[in-house]
Amino acid sequence: MHTIVCVKQVPDPEIPPAKFKIDPEAKKVIPPPGVPPVISVYDERAVEAACRLKDKHKGKITVISMGTGKVSDVVRHALSMGADEGFVLEDEAFENLDSFGTAYVLGKAIQKIGGYDLVLCGRQAADWGAGQVGSILAEMLGIPVITLACGIEVVEKNIRVKRIVKDGYEVLEAPMPSVVTVSSEIGLPRLPAGMSLMLARKKQIPVWKAKDIGADLSELDRTKAHTEITGLSVPTRKTECEIVTGNTPNEAAVNLALKLSKLI
Amino acid sequence: MDTHKGVLVCGEMAEGRLAPITIELLGIGRKLSDQLGETLSILLMGSKTGSLGQEAIAYGADKVYVAEDGLLDHYNSDAYTQVAANLCLKVLPSIMLLGHTDIGCDLAPRLNGRLGGGLSMDCLSLSIDPTTQLLLATRPVFGGNAHATVVSRSARPQMATIRPKIVPPAVRNESRQGEVIPVEDKLDPSAIKVKVVDRIKEEVEGVKLEDAEVVVSGGRGIGSAQNFGMLRELARVLGGAVGGTRPACDEGWVPASAQVGQSGKVVSPKLYIAVALSGAMSHIAGCLGSKYIVAINKDKEANIFNVAHFGIVADYKEVLPALTAKLKELLSA
Ligand SMILES: Cc1cc2nc3c(=O)[nH]c(=O)nc-3n(C[C@H](O)[C@H](O)[C@H](O)COP(=O)(O)OP(=O)(O)OC[C@H]3O[C@@H](n4cnc5c(N)ncnc54)[C@H](O)[C@@H]3O)c2cc1C
Repeated sequence: MHTIVCVKQVPDPEIPPAKFKIDPEAKKVIPPPGVPPVISVYDERAVEAACRLKDKHKGKITVISMGTGKVSDVVRHALSMGADEGFVLEDEAFENLDSFGTAYVLGKAIQKIGGYDLVLCGRQAADWGAGQVGSILAEMLGIPVITLACGIEVVEKNIRVKRIVKDGYEVLEAPMPSVVTVSSEIGLPRLPAGMSLMLARKKQIPVWKAKDIGADLSELDRTKAHTEITGLSVPTRKTECEIVTGNTPNEAAVNLALKLSKLI
Repeated sequence: MDTHKGVLVCGEMAEGRLAPITIELLGIGRKLSDQLGETLSILLMGSKTGSLGQEAIAYGADKVYVAEDGLLDHYNSDAYTQVAANLCLKVLPSIMLLGHTDIGCDLAPRLNGRLGGGLSMDCLSLSIDPTTQLLLATRPVFGGNAHATVVSRSARPQMATIRPKIVPPAVRNESRQGEVIPVEDKLDPSAIKVKVVDRIKEEVEGVKLEDAEVVVSGGRGIGSAQNFGMLRELARVLGGAVGGTRPACDEGWVPASAQVGQSGKVVSPKLYIAVALSGAMSHIAGCLGSKYIVAINKDKEANIFNVAHFGIVADYKEVLPALTAKLKELLSA
C-alpha cells in the first residue's frame, strides 16, 4: 500500500486574534514575528491517517509539500510521524497559485512519483482554507474522491471511508487509487517519537522545481484566471462586555444568575 | 464572458421539501439575477421531486431543471457531479450557487474541478460589482481572522457555496410564473465509482444543538470529560444543549458532533454560555448569531470577552456550581 500525503505549511493559526495582522493593500497576511509556521492542522491529521493505515497494512508513505522558505520543516515533521519519503515542490512559478494551480502542481508531482493507491489531503488549509484542492486534484488525476473523512479502512481492493455529515456519518467505498480529504474528527495526530524521529533527522528531502515534475509554465499561468483575491479585511466586532463581579467567584456567579434569569 | 448567462442554484431537498438553505439561495439568487437582468434557474436532483418545481418557482425561480433518477435518491458525489456538470455545460450559467452543506461542500469543488470555474467556499455575502458586473464573494480566511473578497474574472461559472442561515429565507409568492424543464439525459451508472455502503444517524440525547435555546459550550480549559459534567448540569437546568470547541472534541470530552464553529455546527440560541474557551474566530463563527453570549474565563484578555455581553473572569470550577444552583432556584420560583 502506497499513500501519498499532501501537506502545507501555514502561519500558526493558534495565535490570539489580537496578534493577527494584515496588509490590506498587498492583500497579504503579515506572519506574527517570532512564531514559527506549522503544518496545517488537517494535513497533520492526514499524515496520521496514513500512519494508521501503514501500522495495519504495512507499505509506504510519501509526503509532498508545495511552498517557499522552510517548507522542508513540515515534510520532516511528517517523516518523524512515520512517513518514509518526502519531497518539497518549490519554484518561483509556484507562488501565488490558487486551488487549480496548486492541484496542478501536486498532480504533476504525484504522477512523477507514480505507483500510488491513495492520495490524502487535509479538508482545507488552515490559512486561506479554500477547501478545494483535493477534489480538483482528483478530477485532474481522473480518480474518485471522498471528502471529509473521519475514518479510513482498506477493504480488499477498496478504500472504505467514514464521511462526516451533520447528523452522523456516511460509509463510502471507492476503488483504489482514490483521493480522500481528511477532517479533524479522524483523531489526534501522534507525537513523533522513537525510530522515525531519529530517521527523519537524517533523511534527504529533495526539492523539485517545475521542470523536474514536467509542469507546463503556460498551463500554470492559465490556472491564475480562476480566482483572484481583490480585498482583504479584518472583521471588527466588539461588544460591550459587562464583567460581572462579586467578593468571591461564588458571589459573581450568583450575580450573573440574577441577570441571566431575566433574559431567558 | 457573454457566452455564460444567468444564475443557477443547486437545490437540495430534505424530507420531501425544499431544504431551508435552498430557499435562502433562491432569495440571494433572485437579487443577483435581477441586478444582472438575467434569469434565475434551479436544479433539483432526486428520485421524486413531486411539486417541488412549483415550490421553487413560488420562491423566485424562473426555470426549474428537474433530474429524476433512482440513483439520485440520496446524495452520491459521482452521480450528482455528473448531472450537475452536464446541465452546466448545456445551460452555461454565469453564476452558480450551492449551500455550504454536507452536499455543497463535496459537490461544489468537484464541479469546479470539472468545469474549470472559479469557486469561493463558505461565503458570508455576495454582490455584483456595478462596473464589471462580476460576482464579488466574501469569505472567511485564516480561521475567520480575516475576510477575503474573491472574484473570478474570466473562468465560468463563478461559483459560491453560501453558509446556511446568513440571510432570511426567500418570500413565497404563489402567483409567480415559471417553467419546469425535465432533464432528459440519462445517468451513466458506470461513472459512479464511489458507493454508499451505509448512512449512520447519530441520535443525540435531549435537545439538538442546532435547535437549542440555550447552549453551554466548553473548551480546552475544562480539562476532562468528567468536568464537562458541570456544563451538562447547567445545560439541563436551562433546558439547553452542550457544545464544545475543537480541542474539547479532539480530546473526546464531548462527541465530535457537538463541535461549534466554522468547521462544526452553527448555532443561534438565545443564550450561549462559553466556558474556558478562548474565543478563536473559527469557534466564534459558530455562535455569533446568539442573542446573548456569556463568557467565563480566567484570562481577562481572552478574545471571547470581545464578543460576549456578560462575563466573569475566574476559574470556571468556582463559578459553575453556584451559577447552576442559583439559576435552578430562580427558575423554579
Ligand atoms: C480552518 C480552521 C477551522 C477551525 N474550526 C474550528 C471550529 O469549528 N470550532 C472550534 O472550536 N475551533 C476551530 N478551529 C480551532 C481554533 O482555531 C482554536 O484552536 C480552538 O477554537 C481553541 O479552542 P479552545 O478555546 O477550547 O482552546 P484554547 O484556545 O486553548 O483556550 C482555552 C481557554 O480556557 C481558559 N481556561 C483554562 N483553564 C480555565 C479555567 N480553569 N477556568 C476558566 N478558564 C480557563 C484559558 O484562559 C483559555 O482562554 C479551527 C481552526 C482552523 C484553522
